[in-house]
Amino acid sequence: MSASTADGRDVPHDVPNPANTIMARNAANALMDRNATNVAIAPPMPDILPPVRPRGGFLGFLRRNPTIAFGGGLVLAMVCVAIFAPFLFTRDPTALAPALRTREPSAQFWFGSDMLGRDVYSRVLYGTRVSLTVGFSVAILASVVGLTIGLISGFIRVADTVIMRCMDGLMSIPPILLAIALMALTRGSVQNVIIAITIAEIPRVSRLVRGVVLSLREQPYVDAAVASGTRTPRIIIRHILPNTLAPLTVQATYICASAMITEAILSFIGAGTPPIIPSWGNIMAEGRALWQVKPYIVFFPAIFLSITVLAVNLLGDGLRDSLDPRMAKRV
Amino acid sequence: MSRPVLEVMDLKKHFPVHGGFFGGVTGKVYAVDGISFSIEKGETLALVGESGCGKSTVGKAILRLFGLTGGQVVLDGTRIDDMPSGTLRPLRRRIQVVFQDPYSSLNPRMRVRDILAEPIRNFGLAKNKAELEERVALLMDKVRLPRDAVNRWPHEFSGGQRQRIGIARALAAEPDIIICDEAVSALDVSVKAQIVNLLQDLQKELGLAMLFISHDLAIVEHMTHRVAVMYLGKIVEVATKRDLFSAPKHPYTEALLSAVPVAMPGAQRERIILTGDVPSPINPPKGCRFHTRCGYAFDRCRVDEPLLKITDAGHWAACHLHDRPPEENPLAGAKGADLIAAH
Repeated sequence: MSASTADGRDVPHDVPNPANTIMARNAANALMDRNATNVAIAPPMPDILPPVRPRGGFLGFLRRNPTIAFGGGLVLAMVCVAIFAPFLFTRDPTALAPALRTREPSAQFWFGSDMLGRDVYSRVLYGTRVSLTVGFSVAILASVVGLTIGLISGFIRVADTVIMRCMDGLMSIPPILLAIALMALTRGSVQNVIIAITIAEIPRVSRLVRGVVLSLREQPYVDAAVASGTRTPRIIIRHILPNTLAPLTVQATYICASAMITEAILSFIGAGTPPIIPSWGNIMAEGRALWQVKPYIVFFPAIFLSITVLAVNLLGDGLRDSLDPRMAKRV
Repeated sequence: MSRPVLEVMDLKKHFPVHGGFFGGVTGKVYAVDGISFSIEKGETLALVGESGCGKSTVGKAILRLFGLTGGQVVLDGTRIDDMPSGTLRPLRRRIQVVFQDPYSSLNPRMRVRDILAEPIRNFGLAKNKAELEERVALLMDKVRLPRDAVNRWPHEFSGGQRQRIGIARALAAEPDIIICDEAVSALDVSVKAQIVNLLQDLQKELGLAMLFISHDLAIVEHMTHRVAVMYLGKIVEVATKRDLFSAPKHPYTEALLSAVPVAMPGAQRERIILTGDVPSPINPPKGCRFHTRCGYAFDRCRVDEPLLKITDAGHWAACHLHDRPPEENPLAGAKGADLIAAH
């Protein structure tokens, strides 16, 4: 590549004019500075900026975090569906109508009817209750137990080795297999599904919390707190715990989403929610045999499951972005 | 000479190195390997040395953030290194710390008021809530921050302002000694000057003793009364600032001083360029730890470890050169007088 100069000579483009290089300009500036007589003095401390008040309150927060608004809105809608299922033009989800089997979606059966003549719309809406109960319960239980175990092993180094090896052991078992084993030992119920999935999720949470605690313990502000005489329980409550809550909340939403999927899988293979209770996994399992001729029986619960999991994951992503101070857009 | 407020005797801190399949201890990092010094009331002692020489470990060991491998730490006549933590807690008030990084040294989830109130509450320095508020307000005045900023969160402040909060927290406990662990290294030059001046003013006003851990010799020369030079976990030289900067008695100090930039264009001086890297503190060299990089090293340096010996009044150095006759000792004279002239 070349460019022509004023006198018509061709000079290579990538060789800069020596008078214009940064080094040359700096040298010129330095010469000027040397001739100046005034000595630099430290400027007075600038005033502290007025506090940044997030505008618009709650609505402003949602506008700045569209992911949270969208995900949270969807989750909220699902919660409303679960709570108000009996009032949303549903009928008894277990009522049989053998004469009206496998009807296409219509004004009578909005999502059609299954091979026993049950209304798929009602069953899907009531199924929301199972999925959300399992998702939220597992998220809360796994967080609380995992937080406790993580704090203990992060702070008591003697216990750490033993606890973490046990967690490694639990982690090496596939969660679905563990759930099936627990189901085989006890009888199938929503409660047992929750326990089985929680046990599988606890090691992940404890590991996360332990890691966060170990890195927080090395923070200078924790050292400063020790040096200023703060007792260990107070250090955990005031300095460690508040700083683990943000990553834990994010992890809890992901656990919630994965628990709902695991519940559906367990129900689908017949190891989860008993068939008497309508859950998305059960409905899909029952519709499986007919899916080539009557795909809507599988389609509608699958759509609900996907949207709910997507909503919870979006909420988690949004929370991660807004809770991580390094990613904070405001301030 | 008054009695020192803090004495450190033969302080040792070795960290285990874990390795192998079962995570057993395979070696030791000799981070601090037998150092002694003392600080008097109102005095600033600088601890200088390059990265990884164990400076910060000394600070943390004095604060008892971990147990010691050996040696003693004596606070005003009371030995504190072997105290159980319950007995130590009230004494912690007397030694406070200011850390390097103004961002990670303040809990992001606590307001400034709570950060400053924590030591006051812990040591029961305020009788009631009103007195606590009053003390917090006075601390804000001391570090020249507006009083109404106590309701702010740390992230609302700049680096220099945060360092002021860190200093205020250290002062909240009404300490006798403040350990400044690279307290100004993370700040830009103008803010650094503000904080250094603030520290000096506070020291004069409150008669604080200070252990000033730093690698910045320009600040050290400005701030301190005496300087201890560390190399690979050992103190190689201790002297008053004037003696050390004008006539270093250890080859390492000499090399360090020759690396300080002189703020005078065209100033010519002899630069001593050390070759090689700092040896690993896991396997420090035998004999004098500096012999691998020392331009004056002779046979004795490779086998015999030099002890810290007095060379002049108040000037201590750990170097075999001073056992030799003066004509064979390149560090005997007032070498470096040209350095002082240059300043």
